[in-house]
Amino acid sequence: MSDILNALVAITNFILIPATAYGSQLALGALGVTLIYGILRFSNFAHGDTMAFGAMSTILVTWWLQSQGIGLGPLPTALLALPAGVAATVLLVLVTDRTVYRFYRRAKAKPVFLVIVSMGVMFVYNGLVRFIIGPDDQNFADGARFLISARDFKQMTGLDEGLAIRSSQAITIVTAVIVVAFLFWFLERTRTGKSMRAFSDNEDLALLSGINPERVVMLTWVLVAALATIAGVLYGLDKSFKPFTYFQLLLPIFAAAIVGGLGSPLGAIAGGFIIAFSEVAITYAFKKVAGYLLPEAWEPDGLVQLLSTDYKFAVSFVILVIVLLFRPTGLFRGKAV
Amino acid sequence: MKKLLLASAATALLAGPGLAASHSNEIKIGVLLGFTGPIESLTPSIAAGAELAMTEVNESGLLLDGATVTPVRGDSTCVDASAATAVAERQITDDGIKGIMGADCSGVTGAVLANVAVPNGIVMISPSATSPALSEAEDNGLFFRTAPSDARQGEVMADVLMEQGVKEVAVTYTNNDYGKGLADAFQAAFEKAGGKVTISAAHEDGKGDYSAEVGALDSAGGERLVVVGYVDQGGSGIVRAALDAGAFDTFHFPDGMIGDALTEKFGDEIEGSSGQLPGTDSPGGDKFKELAGDAADASSPFTPEAYDAAALMMLAMQAAGSAEPGDYKDKIEMVANAPGEQIFPGELAKALEILKNGGDIDYVGATAVELIGPGESAGSYREITIKDGKIETVKYR
Repeated sequence: MSDILNALVAITNFILIPATAYGSQLALGALGVTLIYGILRFSNFAHGDTMAFGAMSTILVTWWLQSQGIGLGPLPTALLALPAGVAATVLLVLVTDRTVYRFYRRAKAKPVFLVIVSMGVMFVYNGLVRFIIGPDDQNFADGARFLISARDFKQMTGLDEGLAIRSSQAITIVTAVIVVAFLFWFLERTRTGKSMRAFSDNEDLALLSGINPERVVMLTWVLVAALATIAGVLYGLDKSFKPFTYFQLLLPIFAAAIVGGLGSPLGAIAGGFIIAFSEVAITYAFKKVAGYLLPEAWEPDGLVQLLSTDYKFAVSFVILVIVLLFRPTGLFRGKAV
Repeated sequence: MKKLLLASAATALLAGPGLAASHSNEIKIGVLLGFTGPIESLTPSIAAGAELAMTEVNESGLLLDGATVTPVRGDSTCVDASAATAVAERQITDDGIKGIMGADCSGVTGAVLANVAVPNGIVMISPSATSPALSEAEDNGLFFRTAPSDARQGEVMADVLMEQGVKEVAVTYTNNDYGKGLADAFQAAFEKAGGKVTISAAHEDGKGDYSAEVGALDSAGGERLVVVGYVDQGGSGIVRAALDAGAFDTFHFPDGMIGDALTEKFGDEIEGSSGQLPGTDSPGGDKFKELAGDAADASSPFTPEAYDAAALMMLAMQAAGSAEPGDYKDKIEMVANAPGEQIFPGELAKALEILKNGGDIDYVGATAVELIGPGESAGSYREITIKDGKIETVKYR
């Protein structure tokens, strides 16, 4: 009996918990990408660096709060600094939209131009973040580190396997649920949300029915900036803040958004979890779990690993290719890419 | 500005032949290092270390009856093999160097050795190339290094773990030449000694999420996790994730992981972990520090090795009585190893004197040089352990 429990705990500790936390981070990022694609109709390559900027502004405010001795007890101070970070990021993307994107929108530029423009914006944000906070690792997490640490869990239950839940993982999952619930309520139930969806479904009809396009665009950017900042801060809390890793996050985020179906918020969330779970589960070595579950004679010598961890990133792309081949609009029928 | 350039060009033109005439007894040695590129912050100090030895020899005036040594700097770029070979080629054909103190990074060193040094019969002594692959390079007895091969570090690592009674480990390495080379060398040595490597998995630097890697490492199991990585890169990410998930409590760290950042980040969480890095308790290290003063940063990596590389080359010339690479290449191991009078930094004049009188020396230098196998430093290592959140030296080996 305890063998089965041990196997369950090992799977939870090394697959379920990390993949759920990572999946929530990807889902929040993919939601931002998908909103822009749905309403502004281009793939925003600057999204990863928008996350980095949001996280950076939050960190700067966090440091100031910490130096003032203001904290949230067991919760990280960064949560308190989050609104300020969101505000700074909203300001940044609105200024960018005014100075850069609006020009191309008015000129009715093709989406592919906007993609290239967003790459330019990405490089500018990239430089901006490095210029302000530098390219190094920054640590800003405080408060209690663990909800349950592996050692405590072993003592509590007497099992051989430990189960660790970091507070940052718990906060990530809880925040993601709240944010997603709010977003869906906003899009489905409010007048503004409905106007955004109308604009996304058919721009011309939306314009005819008197929806102000500039207002929709502005609101989209505000939502995207908030999502990006929250995703960036959660990711930084859980791992650590390093500008370069946000740039690298862009790939799994886009994979998540496309797998789910670009333009479909529900798809972005499903895509985030699909990518995260397949990255972690396919490269997990099931030797230990098999050792607990199988009789001793059957115990495997090998690692029982489908793919070596070297191919972790290949996994997201294989899924991406399969989805694009067989269902180009994504799992949740987004727009065709 | 233009005038100044013209003037200096003219001076150089005038001075060139003049110098050559007055110093008919001049020996040029190439200092081939990556003055630009990924290790550009380290190279000024490495070059200064080598040039320190040359100045010392020149001041003594004893080398080959009053010959002077002139360094000729060249840029190896550390990563661009074609640029490095072009520079080495130019140093040999234009400047007429008699030996190369360099190159630095393992990749360009191999390229310069195969394409320039061996065809031209020029001796190369590298202060910093550590790749095990260079031990097997075709060199006609022309290539030496004062830095130990990572194959040696792999053996030392296996010994350290074996002595502590650790028989089963999981290994993760940073996915580049250093990580892969050292991890492979360690695995070979450890398995030969009867240990078992349960898994050897690569990790990429600069990634944010290492839970997949740690999951695989944990499942494979082992008494200790060997992290062949960089402390300011993915190595720390792996350690953090392993600690958080409760996968491993103790680790073993090779040189790339050992630094102040390690104990700053993890403190007593990694209590009881072990490691090793190049280091010596020979008095040579301190003497070199004293000698270097402000001229070179003695604590900078590979600077003492560069001093030793240049010194060995000149001492071998003295022993052979000739500055021709074909003559002195066989003397390098002789001056570096016992028997003979021990020579420390700052005693090059004494060594030249002994060699001149037909005596024998055992060059110890700044890094306790002892050349083994295909002409590479045996290397001494400092074994460390983490105690009370601090790095403590256990012993030297």
